[in-house]
Amino acid sequence: MNFDLDPLWLTAKIAAGSTVILLVLCLPLAFWIGKGRSSLRTLVRTSCNLPLVLPPTVLGFALLLFFSPAFGPGQFLSDRLHLEILFTAKALLIGSVVGGLPFMLGPLVSGVEGLSPSLAEASWVLGKGRLETGFRVLLPALKPSILAGVVTTFAHACGEFGVVLMVGGKIPGVTRTASIALYDAVEAMDFALAAKYAVTLAVLSMAVLWLVERRLAKKVAA
Amino acid sequence: MIRFHLTKAVESPEGPLTLDFQAALEGRSAVALFGASGCGKTTLLRMLAGLTRPDDGFLEVDGKIWFDAASRFELPCRERRVGFVFQDYALFPTMTVRRNLSYAQEKGAKASEVDALLELMELNSLADRFPATLSGGQRQRVALARALIRRPGLLLLDEPLSALDPAMRRKLQEELIRIQRAFMVTTVLVSHDPGEIARTCQKVFCLERGRIMREGSPVEIFSGGHFSGKFRFQAEVLSLEACDIVVVASLLVGSEVVKVALLPEEAEALESGDRVTVASKAFNPVLWKEPRQPS
Repeated sequence: MNFDLDPLWLTAKIAAGSTVILLVLCLPLAFWIGKGRSSLRTLVRTSCNLPLVLPPTVLGFALLLFFSPAFGPGQFLSDRLHLEILFTAKALLIGSVVGGLPFMLGPLVSGVEGLSPSLAEASWVLGKGRLETGFRVLLPALKPSILAGVVTTFAHACGEFGVVLMVGGKIPGVTRTASIALYDAVEAMDFALAAKYAVTLAVLSMAVLWLVERRLAKKVAA
Repeated sequence: MIRFHLTKAVESPEGPLTLDFQAALEGRSAVALFGASGCGKTTLLRMLAGLTRPDDGFLEVDGKIWFDAASRFELPCRERRVGFVFQDYALFPTMTVRRNLSYAQEKGAKASEVDALLELMELNSLADRFPATLSGGQRQRVALARALIRRPGLLLLDEPLSALDPAMRRKLQEELIRIQRAFMVTTVLVSHDPGEIARTCQKVFCLERGRIMREGSPVEIFSGGHFSGKFRFQAEVLSLEACDIVVVASLLVGSEVVKVALLPEEAEALESGDRVTVASKAFNPVLWKEPRQPS
């Protein structure tokens, strides 16, 4: 086996894609959860936090069954929409999104809960609508929480192993991410190659974290 | 002229309470809502602004209906042209002072209006600062400027000075009077402070348990409506110390600590923490003039 850039590139694409999807999904969800108290909100919040406590293989197995063409949802996708999810890059993305949900949602909900309700009300009284208030007042005020969510979600997705292995397999060039390539190298006793993957992953993750943290520190200081 | 009769069921610290407010306010005047915590002052202010929906009733401002439960009409808060200064000021933390004001402007308004208001409120030197770097008094002035930039017909102030020290409160009360006169805007101020109300408002509504119980000028309301010739203060007993043949009581009157001498039998019924009324006949009091504060 040779050092291959494909797994690293695939990891970066999956991590970036799942981070963007989670940000778009979690922002409205965080506003809904963070701005009220009800049993339904608590249930949704608890469910979204499940990937924190479940072993990744359990989560992967659940997704494997869910998208299997032998059962309901997978069968529907396969028969009616001709969509094959399992063992494709789509499966990796879905696995990463589900596994990373609490890492994005947690900081965003904390941020929303920390916003003073009078901030949005002040904007409404000044003649602004909900959309303008959201984009020009609330989102900028949430910037530290958004950055925290993006950093932890991206870092978690880079290192995701159990879920992606279960739903993606390890097809070279298709679903073999960097952490799986590293595992394969260790399994083949090729420790030099494993070390290359490990060091590259660690350096790239550090670089991304450092850049975002530096930006975060600047914003907090401002 | 503002006329309203608004009702709203709320949860108060003492249990369920139905607020039922009915009143008429003269246009371009400053009125105060006075009462204990939980009597519904802030809720009334929020119903006027359109931030809290009343259960029933109506609200009419200068002949225009803003809320009418019978016809299920409610003018959205963003169309009411009110200025609202929140208790925590609610300045937008990621915008500078100038951007807080320009955000509040209507579309097409001139940037020079922001400069003019910054100058009027003596905020020029703070224009490029962020709210987190401002003192409480400066934040209050920015919040007031932001509320005024749209030239509102109704200015609502929710205890805007409660978090400030006495000297800053006094200075900003004078500024409020100046601004109210300059803009000729109908102003409703929520306050716990009779002194503040007497200085800044022409009329006061006393609220108790969700009702307006009395209304009148600050002098009528706070002096009981007649010349009493007495000084009366509410105070808290801080300590009682025996000193020769008298007992020296330390009392907290407002934010001042005052010591008074009591006979031992007078002090017998008192203990630290008691709420008391301190009264004195206004016979030959000592008055001296304080130098004017530079404005």
